[in-house]
Amino acid sequence: MSRALILEGSRSNPDSNAGADMQVDLAGVPMPSPILTASGCAAAGRELDSFFDITRLGAVVTKSIMLKPRAGRATPRMSETPSGMLNSIGLQGPGIDSFIDNDLAWLNQRGARTIVSIAGETVDEYSRLASKLRSAGGFEAIEVNISCPNVADRGQVFACRAESAAQVVQAVRRNSDSRVPIFAKLSPDVTDIVEIADAVIKSGATGLSLINTLLGMVIDTATMRPALAGVTGGLSGPAIRPVAVRCVWQVRQAFPEIPIIGMGGIRSGRDALEFMLAGATAVSVGTAVFNDPKAPARIHDELAQEANIRGFARVEDLIGYAHRTEDAPNPEAPSSSDLDEWDFITE
Amino acid sequence: MAQQIVSEILDNRRVGDYHVLSLTAPGVAESVQPGHFVTMAMGGEESSMVLRRAFAIHQVTSRGVYGGTLDVAISVQGRGTKWLSERRRHDTVNLVGPLGRPFTLPKQGVSCVLVGGGYGSAPLFLLAQTLRDRGCRVDIVVGAATEDKLFGVLDLKRLASGLTITTDDGSSGIRGRVTDVLNEVMDRAGADVVYACGPMPMLAEVARISTKRRVFSQCAVEESMACGIGVCMTCVLPVVGDDGVTRMVRSCVDGPVFRGDRVRWQDINTIPPDAFGAPEAEESA
Repeated sequence: MSRALILEGSRSNPDSNAGADMQVDLAGVPMPSPILTASGCAAAGRELDSFFDITRLGAVVTKSIMLKPRAGRATPRMSETPSGMLNSIGLQGPGIDSFIDNDLAWLNQRGARTIVSIAGETVDEYSRLASKLRSAGGFEAIEVNISCPNVADRGQVFACRAESAAQVVQAVRRNSDSRVPIFAKLSPDVTDIVEIADAVIKSGATGLSLINTLLGMVIDTATMRPALAGVTGGLSGPAIRPVAVRCVWQVRQAFPEIPIIGMGGIRSGRDALEFMLAGATAVSVGTAVFNDPKAPARIHDELAQEANIRGFARVEDLIGYAHRTEDAPNPEAPSSSDLDEWDFITE
Repeated sequence: MAQQIVSEILDNRRVGDYHVLSLTAPGVAESVQPGHFVTMAMGGEESSMVLRRAFAIHQVTSRGVYGGTLDVAISVQGRGTKWLSERRRHDTVNLVGPLGRPFTLPKQGVSCVLVGGGYGSAPLFLLAQTLRDRGCRVDIVVGAATEDKLFGVLDLKRLASGLTITTDDGSSGIRGRVTDVLNEVMDRAGADVVYACGPMPMLAEVARISTKRRVFSQCAVEESMACGIGVCMTCVLPVVGDDGVTRMVRSCVDGPVFRGDRVRWQDINTIPPDAFGAPEAEESA
């Protein structure tokens, strides 16, 4: 994709005072910012729009939607953990038809770019979700949440086996407009994430979202029972960030041409920078939103400064920069006084 | 509309077993209605506590130089509330509010009974004052396990036509629970509306008694929350809608105040089989 096309395609201007040019090209989709929301942590954007302008985001990644309305799991659904939290919401949602008529319609009316996350319990459900979205239109990309129990495989999650992960992605690809990028969201709970990445790329995934939550558990020592009604839950927040950065790094190294949306515990511009250096083209901000509803907008501004202070005029140049072989000088080496103020070297 | 602000602590005082924090809240305090709540981030920017804590708004005042200020009552229950209880004058906290749907207020001057359990009486102060300003009769019932766990009894006495106190151990007022005396208070007051805030079992019983007497009740629930702004789906409970359908609704944005006769109290912490989107029953083989 040429630079000129990216500039023409972007819908809003990045902050002029905040340093680096924040535009990125995510699998052919021009975005004014690499900062996205994370699926399940922003509903469908409406609530957050009263805290910051959601059209400034690269895109709103909506909560995973299923074919039918779903009540989710019983409560308690959440437990705070050291630098993180465990959740077992159970994909509560209104179903794809209501989502298209209400949530997606609102996002389009608002002028926000949207990445729709979909989830199913059978391969056929994913196919039907993709078909409905193809008919509806009005979104930039699909994120396929494959961390769901596969009914046909004794409840094993799709994401944990290369074969079932590939089947889902292939079904979504076949039922989607060929121009729509498809991101497969992978689970870190596997022996070799590169193997799963390989399988979904071969099945037609345009890019990868890395990572979903890690399976965890908390026991309430007062009741002496599991803290969550669902017993186990997904661990998220800063506690999982090094795991996520490792996954982005490994997959980027194996497939340098495949666009990656990085996520897992990002709560500052410095954290977002880390993911981009590891190879992410864009990053999703999830759990941090629960702590700071303005986190995505704040992280956008912080990232622009972090890039700028390191001499990067464009955040696009940060993507995968930590993989460089020779120790080339930065595009514009920062002065030593800047380095003194930002002691990132020792962090 | 909710605002996110950096709030300065003006005062932190002990009230019985609780702490009351007075906070600057310009742009927040002005739009507070009884039943609204705020959330605060715990432990500073790099804190290992990633979830905000929610607090009912106890009082709102206008204090000249500070603009609007508000008070919240804190019960120390864990690491977060312990940290907050140790904040001193001039410390700052990140605050979001006002949040939630407030109590619905009667248009006429009717008779209202307010019921508070433990520090659940905190949001009743603002409510009582507002109801009195509208010409309502206000009777208040507060109860707790012990006298130390009652909140703000002296001030409540000033706000109420009649104040009834209960404690489980009899250390203050009548030995027993608020729900033991509720019928009698409602008779005496000729209650038209009941408002309640406190633990779930108390709210369930208040709602049951009120509904049996065909009296409208409004209950502010204490469901644990993560985001407080409607995005995380943690704080859901089964509530019957106007269309008769039970949905798992968010207590942070659809509540925390619900009609007592609409909450399925016995089904809290479950997904009722007839709820919208409940798992379909297993097919019999």
